[in-house]
Amino acid sequence: MKISKFNIVLLGLALVAPFVFYPVLLMKVLCFALFACAFNLLLGFVGLLSFGHAVFLGTGGYVTGYLMMNTGLTPELGILAGTAAAALLGAFYGKLSVKREGIYFAMVTLALAQLMFFVFLQAPFTGGEDGLQGIPRGHLFGLIDLSDNLNMYYFVLAVFLFGFWLINRTVHSPFGQILKAIRDNEPRATSLGYNVNDYKWAAFVISAALAGLAGSTKTLVFQLASLTDVHWHMSGEVVLMTLLGGMGTIFGPVVGAAVVVGIQNFLSGGELGNYVHIIMGLIFIVCVLAFRSGIVGEIQKIVKRNFG
Amino acid sequence: MSADYVLETQNLIKEFKGFTAVDDVSLKIQRGNIHALIGPNGAGKTTVFNLLTKFLTPTSGTILFNGNDITSMQSAAIARKGVVRSFQISAVFPHLSVLENVRVALQRKEGNSFHFWKSDKILNKLDDRAVELLESVGLGDFADAKTVDLSYGRKRALEIATTLALEPELMLLDEPTQGMGHEDVDVVANLIKRVSKDRTILMVEHNLHVVSKLADQITVLQRGAILTEGNYETVSADPRVQEAYLGVAADEVQA
Repeated sequence: MKISKFNIVLLGLALVAPFVFYPVLLMKVLCFALFACAFNLLLGFVGLLSFGHAVFLGTGGYVTGYLMMNTGLTPELGILAGTAAAALLGAFYGKLSVKREGIYFAMVTLALAQLMFFVFLQAPFTGGEDGLQGIPRGHLFGLIDLSDNLNMYYFVLAVFLFGFWLINRTVHSPFGQILKAIRDNEPRATSLGYNVNDYKWAAFVISAALAGLAGSTKTLVFQLASLTDVHWHMSGEVVLMTLLGGMGTIFGPVVGAAVVVGIQNFLSGGELGNYVHIIMGLIFIVCVLAFRSGIVGEIQKIVKRNFG
Repeated sequence: MSADYVLETQNLIKEFKGFTAVDDVSLKIQRGNIHALIGPNGAGKTTVFNLLTKFLTPTSGTILFNGNDITSMQSAAIARKGVVRSFQISAVFPHLSVLENVRVALQRKEGNSFHFWKSDKILNKLDDRAVELLESVGLGDFADAKTVDLSYGRKRALEIATTLALEPELMLLDEPTQGMGHEDVDVVANLIKRVSKDRTILMVEHNLHVVSKLADQITVLQRGAILTEGNYETVSADPRVQEAYLGVAADEVQA
């Protein structure tokens, strides 16, 4: 990724943000931004609409949460374990789903995700309806106390930047080039000698791992792993974030996540709290009807038209 | 001597629910030839293409490439062996640049196509070869253009450049001049003639003017079966062919 002035300004803003906004809200935005970026790698750059991506977010969360509560692992190892678990699940689910296309792919991913939802609901070590509560944040590398929100924030920011960098690198790599070719014209990619399913699978695993990373981190932030994160609502929400922000753009999912989390947070405090789903639905409709390339996509168009 | 044949099919059959699309087709494609597959609409030409490249699986029969049985191989593996096909609609990657289109093909042999942790700048070393290929099809000036903005004829030229990047032993072209204006047809026909040096081409083609100009050998398909084979003079003189095919395309013959 090119280090431009724009990126430096953004980084500067991210560094001072916790002194202006509530750090937990910012961390929530960062976790969902990473989740949406991971999702966008599949949707925007391979053309695969997974409708079960929450399962990777949730699996990362539950595994990290369980280990942090029961083994006294340091947070970085807990997160690593959660990410690895999501990657493994992704490797398995990916093998089963990438052979299918379009709506069938979406349905297979949804069905597989629902399977895990019931595991997390019924399994004895997940706390059922209550989920895992009171998960300790621990000391990073055994040194830095993450129960301090500011410390936690900078840790989450570092995790996010790593994930964001990796996705960027993947998109702008020799591998990413093949992914884009597959997205554009799959039979042609095959006829050039590429086993397209292997590439889709690899992208699926990377996406699942990063979704797991987001879930693991989120679990530490809220000290909670719950069914909300594996529910299909969450799979739908990440679609909304990505489309709203602009799929196939680098910053789109980040903006989308910020807008969705911001609106939810704003509404849940006020009288409109009960209508949050309706309002999100309306926003989604407006997005699909009026600006299909999403917020970032539309801005890019305007910039290109006027300054390009 | 099967070594003279790049590709052979033996008794190739493809049945779709009670309907035989390809009926006992035994083709022999001689090395170095431009071999044309012609026949009326629905004769099974494209189905044969799909069988040869395993985009469809034959019901029965054998496909030999350089004498080796490739019937059970996967599409991508067949492409890696050196049998590269094009499609009826132009097969390009519309949202990649023209240069990137060719590079995707060149990249395969680099062995880095799974390297997601590396920068795509390492692909820049393929640029010279890619530009060379683009120039060979007259697209040298369009390297940085977005492919979606190219005219139809240029997309087909780009497709040929991309196919050439793989240096295939056998090129399968599915109606390379379909939907083109007169000038474009001639450009593409000349291009095919030029790239046919040192390689074998099997093409499905409707335009008999192009076929007469290019093809060394012609196979006529009708209702999935081979009607006759031979060079243009033999085939066009065959009354059965005239009835089945040329009759409906008499204008094109005169042209």
